[in-house]
Amino acid sequence: MSATVAESTGRTAAPRRWRPRISLGKLFTWAVLVWLFVPIVGMIAFSFNDISGRQNVTWQGFTLKWYGQAFAYPDLNQALLNTLVIGCSTMLVSGIAGSLLGLAMGRYRFRGQQVSNLVMFAAISAPEVVIGAALLSLFLTVNLTTGLATVIIAHVMFTVSFVAITVRARVMTLDPKIEEAARDLGADSWTTFRLVTFPMLFPAIMAGGLLSFALSVDDFIITTFVSGDLSTFPLWIWGATRVGIPPQVNVMGTLIFVVGVLLTITNVVLARRRS
Amino acid sequence: MTRLRSKAAPYLLALPAWLWLGIFFVVPIIGLLWMSLMTGNIITGFTPTFNVAVYPEVVTTYWEQILRSLGYGLAATLLCIAVGYPVAYWIAFHGGAHKSTYLLLVLLPFFVTQVLRTISWKFLLADNGLVLGPFKAIGLLPEDARVLSTAVAVVFGLAYNFLPFMIMPIYAVLEQVDHRVVEAAYDLYASRFHAFVHVILPLSLPGVFAGVLLVFVPSSADYVSASVLGGTNNTMIGNIIHSQYLVNNAYPTAAAITFVLMAVLLIGIFSYARALGTERVMEVQAG
Repeated sequence: MSATVAESTGRTAAPRRWRPRISLGKLFTWAVLVWLFVPIVGMIAFSFNDISGRQNVTWQGFTLKWYGQAFAYPDLNQALLNTLVIGCSTMLVSGIAGSLLGLAMGRYRFRGQQVSNLVMFAAISAPEVVIGAALLSLFLTVNLTTGLATVIIAHVMFTVSFVAITVRARVMTLDPKIEEAARDLGADSWTTFRLVTFPMLFPAIMAGGLLSFALSVDDFIITTFVSGDLSTFPLWIWGATRVGIPPQVNVMGTLIFVVGVLLTITNVVLARRRS
Repeated sequence: MTRLRSKAAPYLLALPAWLWLGIFFVVPIIGLLWMSLMTGNIITGFTPTFNVAVYPEVVTTYWEQILRSLGYGLAATLLCIAVGYPVAYWIAFHGGAHKSTYLLLVLLPFFVTQVLRTISWKFLLADNGLVLGPFKAIGLLPEDARVLSTAVAVVFGLAYNFLPFMIMPIYAVLEQVDHRVVEAAYDLYASRFHAFVHVILPLSLPGVFAGVLLVFVPSSADYVSASVLGGTNNTMIGNIIHSQYLVNNAYPTAAAITFVLMAVLLIGIFSYARALGTERVMEVQAG
């Protein structure tokens, strides 16, 4: 994009044109990025903090021992495992249902599209505490015991719209001629979908799935309402704040962050290679 | 046959997600209203008594928290616009080949759970923590200066947590602004300032609108920042809903408070939408 700007700057020479001096914008953007990463740097640093006891508040020296003892709290391990199971299930169910909805909304014009839009928008912007409370009321009314299943139900509910919007955006940019070409060459509609449409949609499906995984792992408020006795990583941390958060939490937070970074990089690389 | 199939296709594709959103989003929201009009508790069961009196009751009891929540949400939203708009602008117009990398950097902190990030800020903002400590040491801040347990800390935490929800939609519309339009403004001797105010800003308003919704609504209803950073004097309506549901098990009252919160937010959104035009919001969503 900067190339376009530079090019057009050269073409016409109006006197009061914007010229890139010291880029205040760049400075500001980087300052904001630093701000966004400050608590994460703090978390990573404190995962190497050589403390005794559970109060991980002041810096007491560098150690790797918490990485060796990352799994010293069985209930924390269970909470982390629950988080991963919920995240993966959410990614799978949300990824499929959301992609199908995104495909329908991007490809076809049909009755109920506007309502669908409205509901999706409402589901994205509804306050978490309202979603959590409403779901808890529902589960109470139908006598459904809250636990793993209800958490997955809730997470799919609030992530499915994100997947649908991501996939819809991709569907709308697809050139229909490519599919027509496949059909002209004798492919039936299923073969066309499998060999042509799906591979082109795949990066968006992956991006949507990743987003729903990240949102699921991140979620605290909705999970609190619908989890019953089940603990997840954020819930465990919340519960541990009173007694002090052990460095293992920072270790796991760091590991999740690293996995997230790797997944994102893989997705970017795959998307670049495909396009 | 094929015509029938293609007519049914969008419905079949949309069906799973529709069912899910219908059963687990639309129905529960309606159920919330139903629950608020009942009396009873978890042990004796709930009976519908159409107890409308619960509404004026919760409003008079919790008006302070409701107003505070709206105030904090508004302050966080304004802060997010002030910080997020320039970032979205810079990435969209000057991000060059690295645009998507910058966007990923904005989103990456989300891989660390909100609770952990907020707790991390608690340590950093502590009275003698890494942020305040050095200023106190060199005498730039008085010894008793504090951020934690103040409204400033809560608004700061909210703005921090919801900033990406402001940057993303603004970026999405700025990215689609036709550069020739901006060029045309310059060619017509618009100054940088005038081109921004009369061309770019109006074109980006739908993105700001979406951003305001995505930040104002969840931040007004959030309670993580208030609990971790706000101490006991800055509780928001989310804290009340949380404790009424999960500590006191007062479900009908809790449902009524939740419904009041939702109604207040909806009134805010609709008056805001009327002022700016609703279609444009949906356009951004349709992006």
